[in-house]
Amino acid sequence: MTDRLLTVDNLQVSFHTRDGENKAVRGVSFHIDKGETIGIVGESGSGKSVTAKAIMALIPPPGEIIGGDIRFDGESIRKLSEKQWRSIRGNRIAMVFQDPMTSLNPVKKIGDQMTEIIRRHRHLGQAEALKEAIEMLRQVGIPEPERRVRQYPHEFSGGMRQRVMIAMALSCQPELLIADEPTTALDVTIQAQILDLLQELKAKTSASIALITHDLGVVAQVCSRVIVMYGGMIMEEGTVEDIFYRPKHPYTQGLLRSLPERKAGSRERLVPIEGTPPDLLDPPPGCPFQERCPHAMPKCAQLPPHFKVGEGHRSMCWLNDDEAKGGAGNGGQ
Amino acid sequence: MNRTKWLNVGRELLARKMGIVSVAILAIFVLGAIFAFLSPYDPNALNVLERLQSPNASHWFGTDDYGRDYFTRALYGGRVSLLVGFSAMILATTIGVLVGVVSGYFGGWIDNLLMRLLEIILSIPSFLVMLLLSVFLKPGLGSIVLIIGLLMWMNMARIIRAETLSIREREFVLYAKASGQNNWGIIVRHVLPSLVPVIIVGATNNVASAIMMESSLSFLGFGVQAPNATWGSMLNSAQGFIAQAPYMAIFPGGFILLTVLSFNILGDILRVGFEPKLNKR
Amino acid sequence: MRQLIARRLLQTIPLLFFVSIACFALVKMAPGDPVLSFVTPNMHAEDIERIRHNLGLDKPAYVQYWLWLKELFQGNLGYSLVNHQPVMDQILDRLPATAGLMGSAILLAVLLAIPLGLTAGANRDRWPDKLVNLFSYIGISVPLFWLAILLIYLFAIHLHWLPSMGMRSIGVNSAMDVLKHGILPCVVLAFGFLSVYVRYIRSSTIGQLKEEYVQIQYAFGSTKKTIVFRHVMKHVLLPVITLLGMSMADLVAGAIVTETVFSWPGIGSLGMTAVKGMDYPVIMGITLFSALFLILGNLLADILYGLADPRIKGAR
Repeated sequence: MTDRLLTVDNLQVSFHTRDGENKAVRGVSFHIDKGETIGIVGESGSGKSVTAKAIMALIPPPGEIIGGDIRFDGESIRKLSEKQWRSIRGNRIAMVFQDPMTSLNPVKKIGDQMTEIIRRHRHLGQAEALKEAIEMLRQVGIPEPERRVRQYPHEFSGGMRQRVMIAMALSCQPELLIADEPTTALDVTIQAQILDLLQELKAKTSASIALITHDLGVVAQVCSRVIVMYGGMIMEEGTVEDIFYRPKHPYTQGLLRSLPERKAGSRERLVPIEGTPPDLLDPPPGCPFQERCPHAMPKCAQLPPHFKVGEGHRSMCWLNDDEAKGGAGNGGQ
Repeated sequence: MNRTKWLNVGRELLARKMGIVSVAILAIFVLGAIFAFLSPYDPNALNVLERLQSPNASHWFGTDDYGRDYFTRALYGGRVSLLVGFSAMILATTIGVLVGVVSGYFGGWIDNLLMRLLEIILSIPSFLVMLLLSVFLKPGLGSIVLIIGLLMWMNMARIIRAETLSIREREFVLYAKASGQNNWGIIVRHVLPSLVPVIIVGATNNVASAIMMESSLSFLGFGVQAPNATWGSMLNSAQGFIAQAPYMAIFPGGFILLTVLSFNILGDILRVGFEPKLNKR
Repeated sequence: MRQLIARRLLQTIPLLFFVSIACFALVKMAPGDPVLSFVTPNMHAEDIERIRHNLGLDKPAYVQYWLWLKELFQGNLGYSLVNHQPVMDQILDRLPATAGLMGSAILLAVLLAIPLGLTAGANRDRWPDKLVNLFSYIGISVPLFWLAILLIYLFAIHLHWLPSMGMRSIGVNSAMDVLKHGILPCVVLAFGFLSVYVRYIRSSTIGQLKEEYVQIQYAFGSTKKTIVFRHVMKHVLLPVITLLGMSMADLVAGAIVTETVFSWPGIGSLGMTAVKGMDYPVIMGITLFSALFLILGNLLADILYGLADPRIKGAR
């Protein structure tokens, strides 16, 4: 397996709060290949952002990775020292955040914020770093970058700031770019532009991208493979086609039904998933989705394994177990 | 002000060692000031034979340049310092709350006028004005309280005004207005009770500043007049004997420091206690 | 930005006017008759009235104010009742000593407060923070004059390292000598401000470190040190400019006390002498002068803040 870039193996993250242990991520395993773009989808509280932060070892206290392993380019990065981590963050793994309005330092010029990172990781002089910053800004579609580097964040619109963030993230040619809800805070037309940009950059660079979002529509546009998370676990994983046309997990099916129909003339009503996500302080045993699942059955009190339902397509639901399905069928007769 | 808020403050106070220590220190000083008369010495009785004795068994803090028992004088001095501090705080807090509430609640030209006035007063260094007034006025406790109180209310007024502005927009005030209560009724029944935490915190800090002011004035020779002592005026005379009798400077100064420090710490703890969101880590 | 400056300047003019009235009224309220200081025993009643007339003291208060203001604009603050010297000259004479003391004290306070406050804020609730916190609590609670007395005892009387009073040794005229005399007053005056600034910088550092952009810096491989000194510092220093403006009044009070304890020949000790001798023209001059200092200090702080903060500078 020479083209594996990142392997996450049985990752577990907990936050030690006053009320007890909040198990935000409960045994998540997946991988990202070189050059591939995957989407990690889920509602807020599904553990998708925590997973992303865990990959960068940026879980803030009182959070802690309590189990599992993360391998990057073949090496485990879970036990690296803070110093080793600093040469990876922003350099080999970079991240774009949700809210471009708050993610840049308001009192420093864009150019200074970019060159600081370029100089740190690529050991360039100030003049070269600035040239590089200007080039990056041009690549992400910012007009007149020579002038813009001398400006402050408040002189940029939200979409432009997100472009700056992307330029900053890509400035050291990272092998993995994690984009955490990069379009959520932007309005719809700007969202589309940023997604186009990501796709364009994906074609140009060799970086793998992990796109974290709650919006399946965003995933459909950019990603080749999708991971659906819920309650700190992976519910279903498959190619975009699998997930959109052959969803096996009731949660994925629910998500798809709640998606606004984009076809013109369609007046189909959205069907939101009823109920609320499980309480991760004291998660119920068994399938995390059972309380909201229309197909819930007694067996769901036991945690289902991941069933392989196709090439690279797995689903964590008893419905996908032939035997379980048969049992349910018998009961119906 | 509901009960949980007070419980919060109490818990905050007990949870911090510094809080308990501050309260204890202040309690000791207040008790000392009240029961100063139990001392066998007269604070103003001269005794030239026992001049400038270092601290010893019969004179715990030694004696001063007139042979007066320094411990007794420190107790009586504390009485004056604390009395002036509290009285000036009450005066300053009253003026400050009044100006702040009126300004914030009524707004408009009243607010404009009062705030301009405040700006003018804040533009003249108040310490200089205090010195000046203490020359004009007949020396005595009342004058000092008046001088300090009249020049210390401005901060309180600003804080109260800002707080009133936000309270004015809350539902219960709007409801009271809509139900036809008159303005002063609303202020007394609804606005003032909501201001209690801010007033208490501000007042605590004001006692600290008032005691500091009184000490500075007395130290410079304006303030309480001889033979009565305050910690500040004791330091004034100690200055001349610093080489022979450094203890004369250490005791009263240390008392001022401890008192002001305790009030400052208490003020901070109360502020956190009243606003639990500040306490979040 | 230009409009902001213009507006602030315009606001200052009426303020100056009212402050001048207040200063005038304050001194006019004073008990005693200023004419008496010119009276000699063998003067006739007419002579006294003539002096009163010459001084303009027989005119109504608003005319007196107008005359005073007119003189003021020509740089004339009147004459001392004690030594009959022009008040303006006396103040200008003393200005360098006070300016030097205040300037060096503020500089010392700011230069120490920045690293202390940042370090404390970055290490919240750990030992550097606790140490700095204790230190600054004491700093805001210690009477400056007491600190001065203790330092004099320790460094001048006990150790003989530094002189305890004045600005120059008699017969010596060197910069080194002035510097040595200045160390203790400067430290004392700086101490109170240092603590206020440290407390402020500490709490705003804590606030800034919670901001999103700081968290994101970690994701780009920054160390806490780079974040604090490259990103947070600028944020934290901007409000310190405003804080400087606000501490002008305390600076004046501190200077009066410090100069008096150390017999530093500045405006503060001149003011003390004037107050004790009821030398009204000098008092009035100094009050007006320090009010001007306060107002202009605040104005300057506001303008500097506007120039330094890109978010305000850009706004029109």
